[in-house]
Amino acid sequence: MSKLPLRKILGGTAATAMVFSLAACSSEDSGGNDLITYEIDCTQFEEFGDLSGTTVTVYSSIASESEAQPHVDSFAPFEECTGVDVEWEGNRDFEAQMPIRAAAGNAPDIAYFPQPGLMGSIVRDYNDQVVPVGPTAEANIDQYYSEAFKAYGTVDGTLYGVPVGANVKSFVWYSPSMFAEAGYEIPTTWDELMTITEDIAANAEGVEKPWCAGIESGGATGWPATDWVEDMMLRTATPEQYDQWVTNELAFNDPVVIEAIDKAGSILKNPDYVNGGLGNVATIATAPFTDAGLPILDGQCWMHRQASFYQANWGEGVTVAEDGDVWAFYLPADSVDEHPVLGAGEFATAFRDAPEVHAFQAYLTSPDWSNIKGQTTPNGGWLSANTELDPANLTKPIDQLSYEILADPATVFRFDGSDLMPSAVGAGTFWTEMTSWIANDKSTQDVADAIQDSWPSE
Amino acid sequence: MSATAPAMPRKLTRKEQRAVDNKTKLTSPTASVIAIIIAIVWTTPTAGLLITSFRPASEIRTTGWWTVFSNPDFTTENYSDALGTSGLGQSFINSIVITIPAVIIPILLALLAAYAFAWIPFKGRDILFTAVFALQVVPIQVTLIPLLTQYVNVGLDGTLWVLWLSHSMFALPLAIFLLHNFMKEIPASLIEAARVDGAGHVRIFFTVLLPLLVPAIASFGIFQFLWVWNDLLVAMVFASNDYAPVTRKIAEMVGSFGSAWHLLAAGAFISMLVPVIVFLALQRYFVRGMLAGGVKG
Repeated sequence: MSKLPLRKILGGTAATAMVFSLAACSSEDSGGNDLITYEIDCTQFEEFGDLSGTTVTVYSSIASESEAQPHVDSFAPFEECTGVDVEWEGNRDFEAQMPIRAAAGNAPDIAYFPQPGLMGSIVRDYNDQVVPVGPTAEANIDQYYSEAFKAYGTVDGTLYGVPVGANVKSFVWYSPSMFAEAGYEIPTTWDELMTITEDIAANAEGVEKPWCAGIESGGATGWPATDWVEDMMLRTATPEQYDQWVTNELAFNDPVVIEAIDKAGSILKNPDYVNGGLGNVATIATAPFTDAGLPILDGQCWMHRQASFYQANWGEGVTVAEDGDVWAFYLPADSVDEHPVLGAGEFATAFRDAPEVHAFQAYLTSPDWSNIKGQTTPNGGWLSANTELDPANLTKPIDQLSYEILADPATVFRFDGSDLMPSAVGAGTFWTEMTSWIANDKSTQDVADAIQDSWPSE
Repeated sequence: MSATAPAMPRKLTRKEQRAVDNKTKLTSPTASVIAIIIAIVWTTPTAGLLITSFRPASEIRTTGWWTVFSNPDFTTENYSDALGTSGLGQSFINSIVITIPAVIIPILLALLAAYAFAWIPFKGRDILFTAVFALQVVPIQVTLIPLLTQYVNVGLDGTLWVLWLSHSMFALPLAIFLLHNFMKEIPASLIEAARVDGAGHVRIFFTVLLPLLVPAIASFGIFQFLWVWNDLLVAMVFASNDYAPVTRKIAEMVGSFGSAWHLLAAGAFISMLVPVIVFLALQRYFVRGMLAGGVKG
């Protein structure tokens, strides 16, 4: 015990000394390189010629050190092979800043778009600045990625974005010990899920409820509710109808969509089912999405539907594993045979036509990068849809589970619809209307009509 | 300054009389109650933030800061985590490097412009001054893209000049307006006397006006310092990663999906440290500068 305070003191002094020392931190911080055990073949970059001394700038929304450093580390083998210097610039405000930079003619060499919708509008608006994906990278995508991912990187028939990361959203977080004590099995169909829900609701005491949810997210309040609706669309409608819905070929107030929203409402707007540990239905609108699942840890809530990246939100000391404190199961569909998966990901688009930029995109699409990136991400929260990615290189069990779901041949993958819709809807009315659907108990029909009316008419 | 008191007989000097008046004014019970209420209302959020910054992450996420009174549980972990973010020290230096010139440049330019507007008669002066004054209405958001385009064209992009110039531009209309008003309040007879004695503009500016303007300059300096130090918008749009100031670094701490937002309170206090020191050190001038605006010559 006596060692602990000492280490704390030493740690504290070191941190303070680091902060106030004038020595500038070197940008070539290669602290993560010892994590990499994966071997890379440098000859694959020979076709791009001599690249040493060149620089590739990458602009991304990933800005916090804990998330950006794994990316920077993962470029080290490429930098060693080619001599290219990859400069990472993260800006949390990427979605707003990227259009400004493009408009000012100040685009980076590579931009990581978290939404294909935004990528599409930048590609169309600044067509003279964007550069289509080169042949090597495109061949890699054809070989190592599913058709769906290639399609989401394609704008008007031309491939502009290479997939650089993915996440799976069709997850329900739960406490394995609570389920075991109550004798619940992991539900494999929607009916089983609802049976468990009813059973929990019947036995719940006090603030305890089967589900907890929260959609507050500052200026983006409402997005977790759109994920709910998208997941339900994949379960009530066909994948083709989903694709039509995203482009508005299928109207937002079509009965098919209404049915999906109502299906989400069968949980989210049922006062017996929500909002565990947090209050009534209306508290969903005010609960921050970052914390809405935490009542599971207190036993006040049983299930929380949220993406794989929610693993970072459980806090220190909470084990995220099948035999740990919290774990997630796949949000089931109507039958065991159907396997729709909602997900999202980032796409890297080039803005400079140069061999080093094409070489970098080729590296990003290679199995090498996906495996190395897995190794340089010790805290997890990242995976790619590259079919040659070895799950053993992913450090966290939830990422491995996500990868298994993505790689499952039975999986029908669909991208987060609100990220594909025009931003007036996908980052606008879809969010706000879903919020008033919950907060003001606005009817599903009114919500769907309002969103349909707001759809931009080209 | 009070040497030129009129030679009228009275029991108290003017200074003493003012002190007595102030005392009776300030000891009015109603005023005291109102002042205390305002002080409490204004301090509560800050106090809450301070308490939050010392609470464990799990507590911050589940309960409000006021629960500490019934269930005290404190930790310095948030501060060590926030301070442990690499590059925070560099971002502090960036903030200082950005802020100091961004305060000095507009003050220098505004002093010259304000002098001209106040004491040099020229054709179109009023129209020009109104135009400068009206510029304050332009929201800085609408200037972002055109400005960045210009910077890229000129090749300044990615340098510190972009930040210094932007902050100076955004500050100038208010700075000119404020300093002009201060200068206008200085009795014209003082300037005329100096002129009769053969002083030129330069001499008048440095020996007559500047000493009288120190409180005004200091109070505008504090305003501008706080504005630039706390700025996030300009830093987001114009600053390259190498010159990211501390506000941007703190905003980035929370992570892409907001999983570390409990660090924000600690981060806010770390960033607040410098402005608080500056304010406490200069508050003398600040109060004097505010009063200077209210007293007619």
